[in-house]
Amino acid sequence: MASAPSKLYSGLSLALSTIFFFFKVVEGLDSVIADDVSLVVVLLDTNPFFWTTSSFPFSHFLSHVLAFLNAILTLNQLNQVVIIATGCNSCDYVYDSSKTANQSFGNGRMPTLCATLLQNLEEFMTKDEKLGIEEAEERITGSLLSGSLSMALCYIQRVFRSGSLHPQPRILCLQGSPDGPEQYVAIMNAIFSAQRSMVPIDSCYIGVQNSAFLQQASYITGGVHHKPQQLDGLFQYLLTIFATDLHSRSFLQLPKPVGVDFRASCFCHKNTIDMGYICSVCLSIFCTRHKKCSTCGSTFGQAQSDDASATNRKRKAPDS
Amino acid sequence: MSSGHVTKRAKYKTSVKDPGTSGALRLNEQKLMFMPDNRNSSTKLAVEFKSIQGHKYTKEGSKKPPLINLSNAQGGSYIFEFDNYSDLHVCRDFVSKVLEKSKDTSSVASEKTVVTLPDEQLSAAEMQLRIKLLQEDCELQKLHQQFVGGNILTEAEFWAARKKLLDNDSSRKSNQRVGFKSAMISDIRPLTDGRTNKVTFSLTPEIILQIFAEKPAVHRAFLNLVPKKMTEMEFWTKYCRAEYLNRTKNVHTAAAEAAEDEELALFLKEDDILATEVRKKIRRVDPTLDMEADEGDDYMHLPDHGIFRDGSKELNESQHDIYRRTLLQDLNRHAAVVLEGRTVDVEMEDNTRAVAEALARSKQGKEGADGYENEERLDRVSRSTTLEDLQPPHSLPLAPLSIKDARDYFDSQQGNTLKTFRDPSGKMESLGSLSTQEAYGSMRDAISEMKSMGVSDPIINPEVALKVFNGLTHSISSIKYNHGKNPRESVLDRLPTVTKEKLLQHWTCIQELLKHFWSSYPITTPYLYAKVSRLKDAMSNIYRQLEEMKASLQSDLRHQVSLLVRPMQRALDAAIQHHDADLQKRSAKSSEEIPNGYV
Repeated sequence: MASAPSKLYSGLSLALSTIFFFFKVVEGLDSVIADDVSLVVVLLDTNPFFWTTSSFPFSHFLSHVLAFLNAILTLNQLNQVVIIATGCNSCDYVYDSSKTANQSFGNGRMPTLCATLLQNLEEFMTKDEKLGIEEAEERITGSLLSGSLSMALCYIQRVFRSGSLHPQPRILCLQGSPDGPEQYVAIMNAIFSAQRSMVPIDSCYIGVQNSAFLQQASYITGGVHHKPQQLDGLFQYLLTIFATDLHSRSFLQLPKPVGVDFRASCFCHKNTIDMGYICSVCLSIFCTRHKKCSTCGSTFGQAQSDDASATNRKRKAPDS
Repeated sequence: MSSGHVTKRAKYKTSVKDPGTSGALRLNEQKLMFMPDNRNSSTKLAVEFKSIQGHKYTKEGSKKPPLINLSNAQGGSYIFEFDNYSDLHVCRDFVSKVLEKSKDTSSVASEKTVVTLPDEQLSAAEMQLRIKLLQEDCELQKLHQQFVGGNILTEAEFWAARKKLLDNDSSRKSNQRVGFKSAMISDIRPLTDGRTNKVTFSLTPEIILQIFAEKPAVHRAFLNLVPKKMTEMEFWTKYCRAEYLNRTKNVHTAAAEAAEDEELALFLKEDDILATEVRKKIRRVDPTLDMEADEGDDYMHLPDHGIFRDGSKELNESQHDIYRRTLLQDLNRHAAVVLEGRTVDVEMEDNTRAVAEALARSKQGKEGADGYENEERLDRVSRSTTLEDLQPPHSLPLAPLSIKDARDYFDSQQGNTLKTFRDPSGKMESLGSLSTQEAYGSMRDAISEMKSMGVSDPIINPEVALKVFNGLTHSISSIKYNHGKNPRESVLDRLPTVTKEKLLQHWTCIQELLKHFWSSYPITTPYLYAKVSRLKDAMSNIYRQLEEMKASLQSDLRHQVSLLVRPMQRALDAAIQHHDADLQKRSAKSSEEIPNGYV
């Protein structure tokens, strides 16, 4: 870019149109690596158990989200949107704007984005239901957030490796179902790998109580976490808070949570705890005293008395 | 010891061997006095504690009599022998207490000085280290002052929890090995006395080691020949002879003598071990380098640069070329050995044999590593000939994992406490009424409904949008107002600086106390028992201070602070509760087990 203006002004004989064309080309090249091009990977919670109990219907949710994604795609021509459905038995990519951009769909009543997404989402729901039938009846009804987070990170890694010219990736979790403590380790691992590859995880929680996982995810990766108070205004929340690209965030004041719930899940019963036992070797967390660490196999010293066990009981440190 | 003085029978001695004068030793907070039994004796003493610098005493159980030694600033000392150890202990405790106190009051500047405690004898270096650590870390210093100065923790306890700090520091100052001198051995000129033809070379073990290191052939010869074939003396005589011949640059004589004496020839000939080593070294050079240029390093096989030892030039060619060494050769070898450093740490006994063997051993170790030289070379070739564009990009953007500032803890704690105010119900509403099938069915219905109806228009009610927007703007601006410009500011930064400092200080204090408290459980000794009750008192003290701080604040801040203080108080509560429960259990178990005087 720096050399462009000097070239422009030195060639006085150039026609205006040529200058314009030249400028266009330079800008086009430049914006590939510009800092305001984003790749937004949206994790869509499609847990039917949540949506059927939610006061906010899924169709309304979808229309808000679709409008928001359309807005993102129009913010910059090179913006890219990938949608991953987070079901309770499986996760899958349901939309990728880089692949379906030029497909015309249906009778043109609906934007391509919506039509493709709805089509894929329906297929996904059918598949997800089938998977569920094969499994046991009495299962937990959480969403597989860890799975979709991993898929998002894989996609982003592929983009990273595709070359030096790639959009700025970020992940947006639209989650409604409560945390599945049994996924604690997997989710934390995904969060840390996101942090390590400098991918912020934004999260918008539309359920009743707040999600500790998402709070931690956004806190650790430097993303934004928000829990909208008024769900029928979801589109406004999304547009105001989550539409901004990473570069612009440095100039903007986005909502900041008052505090982050740092509680962890124990590795043995997957309960969310705020006091527990920690393996001194591998830092695994347990809610009860064990003779041996189930993760690394370290044998813990025998306590001399009941008092000794209390010595090991420590408040969970402010880890993050 | 609350009484201000102690009187004991003791003998005053000027030295340990002195039989001593028996009398009464009287100690009070200002001075120590000794009154001999014999009133006329001149050994009456009255010494101010200010002049006493330190004290030593004999340990119980040693065969020595119970002695206490008080040293004064002038380097003199007062030695007292007691009748028994219990007297000694009483006096010792008293003296240490008085000394501690006098140090605290006498000089404000040296208040950081670590006071010698009765139960540990610190070396000056350790003391220095502790003082240094305290000076470097003002937080540590504050803690130290508060707890050790306030008699809540003893010096030893305080530092026992920070062993790592002490270790780290001491490991840093490992003593350095002395390398070889950079002066060449050839600089050590032989001494000629001028009258006779005798030439004296003086060899020290240091020089011998250097000779061995620089001339592997001599080293090998020594290992082979001494003491089987010749004595050490003979060996070195021969070596010196060879050196002398070299020095005189008498190539022809050298050749002639070498022909007669094969051992001498060993020294005169070029060092074959060195030669192979040089060849090896050349092979280890980066294969992409121009080898032609590198030939220059192989000085063994190229005509020398014409400079001979001692700077003279001698260009006459002769067939006895092998008996000639150049300055350059020696210089290079010497430099290499010096840079390699001393591999054997021989404490320079006179045993040359030991030196030689140690050197051989250390070389063997290196030899082993050289074995893979060929593979290594191939590996290097493949490594340096890789094509950049065929390699995967290995510079993916990575951020180092970071341990967050501990202060963030306060944020999280506040969040937690806030949460408990809110709804504690965790689970989704009952799903019993809905089967899996129905749930999925309704989802699919919603999707197909959207498919047929399209996106609702308008997506959002403008009034709702405005409300949301206003709400967001308001909350963001209020945060901004509170936070200033820094988005990373935490809850703590909203408080006034004084409060913040106080809060943080209390927090570190509580952490320190709790650490010591929990680590002293289970209580097995009366010592631990005393420590725990001391800690408990300190904790209740802090508890009160926290309450006072809360009460002193304005109402708008009080809420914020109480949110932060609550987890601290909870931690303290847990500890105090445990302490009380433990106390009860003990007293219930057997009241006689509790040592008297501790309750």
